[in-house]
Amino acid sequence: MKEILELLENDARISTGEIATLTKIPEHKVREVIAEAEKKGIIMKYKTVINWDKLEAEHVYAIIELKVTSEREVGYDAIAERIARFPEVISVRLVSGDHDLSLLVRGKTMKEVAFFIAEKVAPLDRVQGTVTHFILKTYKQDGDILLGKEESKRLTITP
Amino acid sequence: MIADKVKRIPPSGIRKYFEMTVGMEGIISLGVGEPDFVTPWSIREACIYALEKGYTSYTSNWGLLELRNEISHCIASDYNVRYNPENQIIVTTGVSEASDLAIRAIVNPGDEVIIVEPCYVSYKPCVLLAGGKPVVVPTDLCNDFKVVPERIGEKITPKTKAIILSYPNNPTGAIMGKKDLEGIADIVKDHDLFVISDEVYDKLTYDGTHTCFSSLDGMYDKTILLNGFSKAYAMTGWRIGYAASNLEVIAAMLKIHQYTMLCAPITAQMAAIEALKNCREEMLSMVREYDMRRRLIVKGLNDLGLDCFEPKGAFYSFPSVESTGMTSEVFAEKLLKEQKVAVVPGDVFGDAGEGFIRCAYAVSRREIKEALERIGEFLK
Ligand SMILES: Cc1ncc(COP(=O)(O)O)c(C=O)c1O
Repeated sequence: MKEILELLENDARISTGEIATLTKIPEHKVREVIAEAEKKGIIMKYKTVINWDKLEAEHVYAIIELKVTSEREVGYDAIAERIARFPEVISVRLVSGDHDLSLLVRGKTMKEVAFFIAEKVAPLDRVQGTVTHFILKTYKQDGDILLGKEESKRLTITP
Repeated sequence: MIADKVKRIPPSGIRKYFEMTVGMEGIISLGVGEPDFVTPWSIREACIYALEKGYTSYTSNWGLLELRNEISHCIASDYNVRYNPENQIIVTTGVSEASDLAIRAIVNPGDEVIIVEPCYVSYKPCVLLAGGKPVVVPTDLCNDFKVVPERIGEKITPKTKAIILSYPNNPTGAIMGKKDLEGIADIVKDHDLFVISDEVYDKLTYDGTHTCFSSLDGMYDKTILLNGFSKAYAMTGWRIGYAASNLEVIAAMLKIHQYTMLCAPITAQMAAIEALKNCREEMLSMVREYDMRRRLIVKGLNDLGLDCFEPKGAFYSFPSVESTGMTSEVFAEKLLKEQKVAVVPGDVFGDAGEGFIRCAYAVSRREIKEALERIGEFLK
């Protein structure tokens, strides 16, 4: 199972036939495992890693640090969920350290992101403070180095 | 002007194929005997740090003690064989130097050394340069390219000094299990021989487990164990390896090493320490990737009608080209010219390799697929 998932995590478009060749697990079994993982929500969806920087700034991204107060019984969950529902918010994480929630927010322009934070997030009751870091350049994303893969400089034939 | 001994050594067959590829564009090469991975970053980083700190000197002839400690520890935990890091391990510039030292340390002029072919290209010339006489024992497909003890037995004479073994094998990908090796050990005992065991591909064993020759009953004192970092840790260009054996042999090897090499580069030694200390996981993930590529290429070659023995170790497949009616050499040359796929003809690794080609799968899966397609076109 883990072997199959790792292959899919690296290449969402790999065929079941190829997975079968690479792992020596029969193809029908591969299909079963994938169907099962999809059903159980272990595989959530199949996405594509895109380097948007190559398309002339379609979007701007910002990391937002939020200080929030937790609530009796629900802790941080209620406020986190509330923030997570905004489509501008790409990810929400509870983190250790000197702030509590860490967001990744996407907008068309810096202004749009700044206003979104100022108008929708900062005024929320439990939010005590925000710090916005605009992302200027991405070097590595989801385990992939975006600056081009390193190639071995081997000769064409060696013993 | 040139010494006769050197003149008598034929030029490397590999070199010829390399020359043919020079200047050719768009080649996919399955001809490379080294990893396509760049050395893991933490190893490179350790070397950069060492340079920044000013580690630019010679080390002791033995190599850094910290590295020998790590090597000793690694052999003990993998194979339960103990070598004293103080005086039974010597750090060399790759297995290449280690094998030369081992041969020179034990071979007297006229001594016979049994070489199991097909095999890595260096053993025979090194034996010749040491004044010894290489005696070839062939392996074949029917025996899964394992060396059969009786075949060695037939070649033993009073002059036989040593056997050079290398499993997992370059170019066949064959391995020898414990039982198989015990048959060889019996001969070694009966005739009081040495075994030079080049185990540079030990970590790249996919089916079954690797048996270290010196771990066999009675073989500890009879074995010169060679290993290195080139393959498992993708460190070919660093030139770092080691030899481990009994006190007497290592002392003799050290004598040659101290006058001819002095020591392995300190930067590579520092990097090797990092490899053994912190890079096992990354090494294993490379091994898993090779394993998948192995399945891909073996299935692909068989589907194309090139009968391919299932390699169990290293990163080579060794399909037969007999069904095409071509010799290894003709096949390799035509394939390169017509489809720009580089492979190495099997006869480069000894006569027993005739009829086969070596296709390394230390290339990306994308390239393997592309190469297979081109070979398919070629066979049409
Ligand atoms: C069987 C075998 N031994 C030794 C070597 C050389 O190793 P090193 O880079 O440690 O000198 C190779 C490299 O191809 C090999 O295949």
